[in-house]
Amino acid sequence: MGKRVAVVGAGMTKFVRRAQETGKELSWEAAKAALDSCGMTLDQIDCVVLGTAPDTFDGVHMKGEYLSDGAGAWGKPYMRSYVGGGTGVFAPIHGWYHLASGHFDTCLVVCEEKMSSYQPHPQGAFLTIFDHTTERPLYPNLLWIFALEMNRYMTTYGIKKEDIARVAVKNKKNALDHPAAQIPEQYTIEDILNSEVLAWPVQRLDVSPVSDGAVALVMANENVARRVTNKPVWVEGVGWALDTAYWTNRDLCYPRYVEVAARMAYKMAGITDPAHEIHVAEPYDPFDYKELHHMEGLMLCGRGEAPIITAEGKTQRDGELPICPSGGLLGVGNPIAAAGLMKVAEIFWQLRCEAGKRQIARKAKRGLAQAWGDLMQVGTVIVLGV
Amino acid sequence: MAFKTRITKPAEAKAWYGELPVESLYTMGIAGEKFFRTLKDKGKIIGAHCEKCDYVYVPPKMYCERCFEKLDKMVNIGLTGTLTSFTFVYVDVDGNPLPKPEFVGLINLDGACTNLMHRLGECEMADLCIDMRVEAVLKPAKQRTGSINDIKYFKPSKKK
Amino acid sequence: MLTSKDLMGTGLSSQDFKQKKVLVEKWKANAKYGWDQGIAIGRYLRELKNGKIIGVKCHKCNRTMVPPRIFCEWCFKPIDEWVYLKDTGIVNTFSLCYVAWNMERLKEPLIPAVIEIDGASPGMGIMHLISEVDPKKVARGMKVKAVWKPENERTGAITDIKHWKPVK
Repeated sequence: MGKRVAVVGAGMTKFVRRAQETGKELSWEAAKAALDSCGMTLDQIDCVVLGTAPDTFDGVHMKGEYLSDGAGAWGKPYMRSYVGGGTGVFAPIHGWYHLASGHFDTCLVVCEEKMSSYQPHPQGAFLTIFDHTTERPLYPNLLWIFALEMNRYMTTYGIKKEDIARVAVKNKKNALDHPAAQIPEQYTIEDILNSEVLAWPVQRLDVSPVSDGAVALVMANENVARRVTNKPVWVEGVGWALDTAYWTNRDLCYPRYVEVAARMAYKMAGITDPAHEIHVAEPYDPFDYKELHHMEGLMLCGRGEAPIITAEGKTQRDGELPICPSGGLLGVGNPIAAAGLMKVAEIFWQLRCEAGKRQIARKAKRGLAQAWGDLMQVGTVIVLGV
Repeated sequence: MAFKTRITKPAEAKAWYGELPVESLYTMGIAGEKFFRTLKDKGKIIGAHCEKCDYVYVPPKMYCERCFEKLDKMVNIGLTGTLTSFTFVYVDVDGNPLPKPEFVGLINLDGACTNLMHRLGECEMADLCIDMRVEAVLKPAKQRTGSINDIKYFKPSKKK
Repeated sequence: MLTSKDLMGTGLSSQDFKQKKVLVEKWKANAKYGWDQGIAIGRYLRELKNGKIIGVKCHKCNRTMVPPRIFCEWCFKPIDEWVYLKDTGIVNTFSLCYVAWNMERLKEPLIPAVIEIDGASPGMGIMHLISEVDPKKVARGMKVKAVWKPENERTGAITDIKHWKPVK
């Protein structure tokens, strides 16, 4: 479909709870790191795509425009995209079609978030996702919506909290090997189950942290990619889908919008058996149960089966289908838009065997990153291959 | 296809009133921290010089937006400059008339390639014209907090 | 390969802010809104004031929907009729929340839930709160009924229903 596009470079900042850098400076740090990683300079970049989530976090109106110079877009064609947490994978999809169209040869993709600006706690900014007339008068908070989904998922398939806590243990441990990780830690399942109950069944250690950070990728079409690197990572499939904002009108036990996006990406990549043809995956894990939820939506296993294969150890770094070898959002951090792009960068490094201590045991030729966001609504999927 | 549903009584066309609670705490950033500390503690203005592009940013930036290189070299910028543009503001942010108009200008400080927006003071409307010389009036050291308001305003200057 | 020394990013702690190690600027937005209720939610709220829950029906998709809307988002046609629904329902999912909206901790949990309204299509729910129940006894599939504010206190808002309680 269109011209062949590859990811040729990646860079990121540390993910921290409160960064001293302004949002512009965070964007520059990641963008510069990405360019340096493949020996390219800004004048070799034809266009820039930026992904960043609600303006309310950074407290800057028209955040895309504000961040543009930090993202390297001075004097260049520039677009900002935003689908909540799905932005991190949506942005490289955006970069992909800038290049696949043949309109540009190189694209710098940057995702940034500075949540710490929001006072007193960034969690409060999520109040606005609820309907202003029919839901906000009930004073909801973000935990409600995740807890309601987690409960529905658990009771539909008879999943226990221990099965879900296993994901938090795995990812936070995996993050110990990620140099940019915010809260890597070795926990036991009991530690997760003994943590403070916030909104049952959600407990404190089920939840990813609030973070500041930025990530960037350099993408190029085939001609340029082969000159820049001898290990281009090709974009083999992209997919995106949005479900209705009437979230109380649908069954939350299954993320059908992730399946729709995955089918689109798999069709493009020629994948008919994702459970075997995908060798490593980074599904979105803002909460531990979401990794399982999304594994099923991505059809990497049957519905209700993700906890089973996790318990069997198949999703560990030395397993048959490593899931979130980076440490995920649970371990590395969750600066909303940058988190998804961190996952794409991880697949990039894994496929090039450059993940250091995080490198998975099996040989991987195809990997997948998926992001999610909004009102339990958006699925964005990218399939990369070497 | 015509709508089958509509409101016909004006009293039924209502709004739901609410507020979005947004309170922000901004850090100055790596470059901003240097600029505002120097302004607060020394009463001086600094800029960042990109040697590659020969471009001076005021306030300073951590990176050059043109060539993307890191900017470490800070340069001293005086308190005097040229008025690039100005305006008289008659209404506040909600559109209510101000008791007297505010004067706002864009100032190109000597040595900077960029413009700085700030208030203009100690002048009448008739005193202002594009390209005139202006100088910064700072708050006394004890009152400075490390904010753009540490500069009270710019006033007409006789310095060349 | 990514190494720690290559990574930029300067983390600060809450102590750094308390001890004023960095300069900051504060700002409070003035973001006040008057959101038009619209045709559909306008009617929904008026009916709530009357102590009724109203939905809408799309004949083509054979769906009865709540909250009401003026077009069916599946087939994109205007809806065909308004339908009064019951003020009873079943619990689709729920949570026991020990954290208030301002992050304060609560001794007794709030019980938010998605409640499928009787009279609407299966799975058609609204978000609301459950109360007058032992939190340990709340379960998926439980039958609940709306507890309304007295008529003279209702204003045409979702809070005209105070909460939902279990019924036999």
